[in-house]
Order: sequence, then C-alpha cells, then structure tokens
Amino acid sequence: MIDEFVVPLLKILVVLFAGVLPAVTYMVLLERKVIAWAQSRLGPMRVGPYGVLQPVADAIKLMLKEDITPVKADRWVFTAAPIISMVPALIVYAVIPFGPTIRLFGKDVALSITDINVGLLYIVSVASVGVYGIILAGYASNSKFPLLASLRASAQLISYEVAVTLTLVSVILMSGTLSMIGIVNAQYNSGLWFAFVQPLAFVIFFIGGLAETNRAPFDLPEAEQELTGGFHTEYSGMRFALFFLAEYANMIVVSSVATTLFFGGWLRPFPNVAGLHFLDVVPSWIWFLTKSFVFLYIFIWVRATLPRYRYDQLMRLGWKVLIPLAIANLVVTGIVKVMLV
Amino acid sequence: MPVEPQTIHGAMFDTSELVINMGPQHPSTHGVLRVILRLDGEKVVDADVVMGYLHRGIEKLSENRNWTQIILLTDRMDYVAAATSNLGYCETVEKLLQLEVPRRARYIRTILCELQRIASHCLWVGTHAMDIGAMTVFLYAFRERELILDLFEEFCGARLTYNSMRIGGLPQDIPPGWDKKVLEFCKIMDGKIDEYETLLTHNRIWLERTKGIGVIGGPEATALGMCGPTLRGSGVARDVRKDEPYAAYDEMEFDVPIGTAGDTYDRYLVRMEEFRQSLRIIRQATEGLPEGPIVGKVPRLIKPAAGETYHAIESPKGELGYFIVSDGKSTNPYRFRVRPPSFCNLQALPRLVRGHLIADVVALIGSIDIVLGEVDR
Repeated sequence: MIDEFVVPLLKILVVLFAGVLPAVTYMVLLERKVIAWAQSRLGPMRVGPYGVLQPVADAIKLMLKEDITPVKADRWVFTAAPIISMVPALIVYAVIPFGPTIRLFGKDVALSITDINVGLLYIVSVASVGVYGIILAGYASNSKFPLLASLRASAQLISYEVAVTLTLVSVILMSGTLSMIGIVNAQYNSGLWFAFVQPLAFVIFFIGGLAETNRAPFDLPEAEQELTGGFHTEYSGMRFALFFLAEYANMIVVSSVATTLFFGGWLRPFPNVAGLHFLDVVPSWIWFLTKSFVFLYIFIWVRATLPRYRYDQLMRLGWKVLIPLAIANLVVTGIVKVMLV
Repeated sequence: MPVEPQTIHGAMFDTSELVINMGPQHPSTHGVLRVILRLDGEKVVDADVVMGYLHRGIEKLSENRNWTQIILLTDRMDYVAAATSNLGYCETVEKLLQLEVPRRARYIRTILCELQRIASHCLWVGTHAMDIGAMTVFLYAFRERELILDLFEEFCGARLTYNSMRIGGLPQDIPPGWDKKVLEFCKIMDGKIDEYETLLTHNRIWLERTKGIGVIGGPEATALGMCGPTLRGSGVARDVRKDEPYAAYDEMEFDVPIGTAGDTYDRYLVRMEEFRQSLRIIRQATEGLPEGPIVGKVPRLIKPAAGETYHAIESPKGELGYFIVSDGKSTNPYRFRVRPPSFCNLQALPRLVRGHLIADVVALIGSIDIVLGEVDR
C-alpha cells in the first residue's frame, strides 16, 4: 500500500515542488543574470541580496496583473492553451532518473518517480503534446498575427522533432533499451558516456533541443522584431507567465534528457575507475543536477551570443541538414553495431 | 494613407496581398518610422515609407534665429552624430562669409568629427546586430560609445547635443590632457573592434542573414541619390572627405573602404573598416595637433553679404549638405535647407526590400543606417 501510493506521491511532491517548479522560477533569474554578465552588466540586483528575490517579485506582479481575454476569443481554448503547454513539460519528469536505488528510512527507494520500460518513447510522445498549446493559443486569440506566428512555431517544432527523434533512435541502438534507467546502466556497463560514442547524435540533439524550445538562435516565432509578439500576443498576466514558464520547463527537460542519454545521468565521471572512489562522496543526484545545470547554462550562453535565423533558413537547416545527418548517423551506428557483435 | 491590397493571380487560384503596418512605434524601426508593407505570403511586394513623425520645423525655425543660434538646432537633426551636423553648418556659413579657420581649430574639428563617426557607427553596429538577434553586441558597442561621450562631455559639457562648434572655430580650447585621453581611447577601441568582428563577421548565421540581402548596383544606387557607406558598399568610390576635402582632411592619410557586392554584408564590412580608418585619422590629428588660436577673425555681428552657397561634408550617414541663402540685410538666414543623408538613403528602402521576407526588412532598415531626426527635421 505504502509502496504503491504514498512513496510515489511523496516523490512527485518532492520533484515538483522542491525541484522543477522552483527551478523553472529561478531559471528566469538565471537567464537574466547570465545574459547580463555576458554583456558586461550585472542583471537584477535590487530585489533581495544580489537580486535573488526577483522571481518572487515577478510572480507577484504577474498574479496581480489584469487578466485580459479578447472579446471574440474562444474563452475555454484561450484559457486551456497555456495549461496544455505547461503540463506535458511537468509530466515528463515522471520517468527521469535522478539517481540509482538508495536506502532511505529503511526502504529501497529508486530516485525516480517511476521507471517504465518505454521511458524514452513516453518522453518523446508527451513532449510533443506541448505543441498543441502553441497552436491553440494562436487559434484562440482570434487575431491575424498570433495565428500566423503559432503556425510557424508549430511547423518549426514538428520539423526539429523528427531530427531529435532520429538521434534518440541511435541512442536506443547503443543501449538496447528504451527505459531511462536502462540507458544509464548501459553507459555504466560500457564504461563510456554516449556523448563520446555518438558525438554527432549529441550535437544534433542539442541543436534540435534549441529549436524545440523556441530558444535562440531559433526563436524567430517569438522575436519582437517580427510581427508583434508571436503566438502569445494576446495573453497577459498569469497565462502569459505560464507560457514562459513552459518554455523554461521544456529547456530543463531537454537538459535533463541530454544528461541522462548522453552524459551518464547520475554517474560520476569515470564510474568504472575504482581509483576515483573518493568522488562518490558527492551524491548521485547532485551529479545529475550539476550536469543538467551545465546544459542550461549553455542554452543561455548561446542565446546571448548568436544572432537569429530567418524562418526559411531555420526550416532549411532542419530538413536539409539535420535530418540527413541524423539518418546517416543512425545507419552508421547500425552497421557498426552489427559488425561488432 | 490607406494602401489597397491587390489581388495576386496565381496559377490555380487568386490570392490577396496582405497589407501590414510596421511602426511608427516598433522596436526595430530606429525612431518613429512607419513602413506600410504589401505582402504576398511572407514576401514583400512593395513598401511605402511614411515619415514625418519627428518633423519639428527646424528649417523654418532657423529663419527666425540668428546664425549662431542655429548651431543648436543642427544638433538635434542627426542627434547620434551631432558634431558633424554642427561642423557642416559652421563650414557653410564660413564659406558664405569667406572666413578662414585657424589650423588648430580645423584639426580639433577633424578629431571631433572622427570621434563622432566612431560613436555613430557604434550605435549602428549595436542596433543592426540587435535587430538580427545578436543582442550582446549592442551592449559592447554602447560601452565604447560611453567612452566617446565622456570625451565630448569633457570638451563641451554635453553628451548628446554638443553645440560644439562656432562659426569661425570652436567655443573653447580642449582641456589639458584631453589629447592624451583621446589616444588612450584609440588604443582601447582597436581591441574592441576586433571583439565585434569576432562575434559577427565570420559568424555563419550573420552571413546567412546579411549576404545577398538588399543587393543594389552602383549606377542604380547613384541614380536613387544614395550616399555614404550605403553607396560605398555598392562599389561607388564617393567620399566627400577625399573628393572635396574640408577641415583638416587634406592633411590626413586615410583609405576609404569600398564594397563590391552591394548587399547588406558589404555595407557592414565598409562600416567596420571605417572604424579603423577613423582611428587612424584621430591618431594622426591628435599627434600632429598644431598650436595656435581656435577662432578666426569673426565679426561681432555675423551678417553675410547677400548670396547663397551649398557646402557638403561626410557625416557618418553620408553626404550632409547645407544650402543657405542670405539676403544680406537681416541677422537670420533667408533660407536654411539641409540635404540629409538619411532622407536620401531612405528613398532606396522600397527598392531594396522588394522580393525579400519580412525579417529582411528589419535588417535592411538597419543596414541603411537612418536617424529619424535627420529624415524628418
């Protein structure tokens, strides 16, 4: 009874309320700070010491803002769209492993909410549902520009989804299993993180991840220099905030998945080398969080540095460059696997 | 003014153009510029530029101000490069008065104008890059612009509207140690230009966004009345500093960069090289600064004889010309007419954006480098 209901419930509460939601909120601050430091500025400094309470101020402001719904907008869809955007990003955390099974309060607790044996497929499917949020937001706003922008954004997301999924198939070939914990164990057994065995797949995954989350240099659908504000033009207040939090949540998901699939998840560097045993003093979930954090930092770093792709160039990159490369990578991986066995 | 969407007759069915209004409040039209775009899908079929949102009647106001007061008005036209506007006006009046400006004043004017050129190009590179998405360059360029603004503040007390020249020379001499600070600034700036180039010049995304965008050939550009780096990017070797030298430019050694392809990338390269050439001129002028008076023999009451004259200088945006008519009787000009480079370059915008996508319109407005204060006066 306890094992089936209470423990997973507690895990969900911990992961959501002590993990993902604070992380998403503080991503706002992290982004502003990192971009500021790249630009010889300091970022938010006034609210709280060194600006640490800035997200709290932002949250309060957005909750107190007037919630405008356009007159002719489809009210239910208009309200549902940000929720549809946000929820899949949170649900994905059900299968992401933060660490191996450890002993806690006399019980063997696996440091992941659950582990299904089609974990990777679950992640890809659930993450794709988030695209509906964008399409519905544009449709429900009942306005020219958001509709066009949302269609562009969803076309971009779907195109890069194909490239990303092909790289994930290469990873599955390497690990032989779709289960997330199984993939980390496969990296432990082979002694080499998959990023070193499949560098091309990692690069394509990362670039695709940038495009999937609408981050620079692929953020044309939400650039202000384009037609007004993109699909979230008509949104204000908390619903607007939800879209942005959904974007950050997606970023964290991509970072976590990249860490699990390519960088050994919770494994410390050189997990098979007994000589580095002293590194085990750092708990496994700290390794996981650190690696995820590095990817988040790279996301923000890329945004601060690179200019933006035009929409047709973006689509051309996805279809004509990344997908052929991903397919080629897959074919080569398959051939090598067959030859080595 | 309403623009009617036309029907586009396609192979299978007819579609209609989409008419979109960009501005006057828009994050990327630098200032209050309104562009009415007619789109076929995402391609621009035609653009209609509506200006005048910043018109303040400077030319008419000048008719009621005396010759020295007008210098203040010229500041506010091209507010990004105010010292060059000052210089153009002062030199035109000096031409009308047949006044000789002492050598020291000419050298200092050259230094101020070249510092202004760097400041204006800093703003241009920052905003142009930010429109295309590279937001960090904006902060870096403004950091350098602050250094220049500090130099100007030391000289004339203001950071934006300088009022830094007088008819016949300068209002005051440079403060002691100012020339050392200018040379220090040159040393810092060299490294910073490399920083901007590292971020942009060979960046694949930058190349894809600027190469082949807004191509215009030399003859066509000249026919449209374009001037300045926008014209030089198309391969036309026209620079007022070389063709009709003024201030101390006849004693300076410098090159004028000329582009080849006439696209946005070439205009970008031309301006980046102009950074370095300006530093060269500033170093020569500061190191060779002669002693002497800073104002020529100016009559107490400036009243030029009846006549008219046109004089042009090379502002960072292009050829800035002043046509002044004096009737010999009053202390005000009879007619004060400015030939603003941004206005003439803006004429080319509809020709440049035809056939491109909306994202390119923003890149092109940045590439021609306009200042609405000058366009509208």
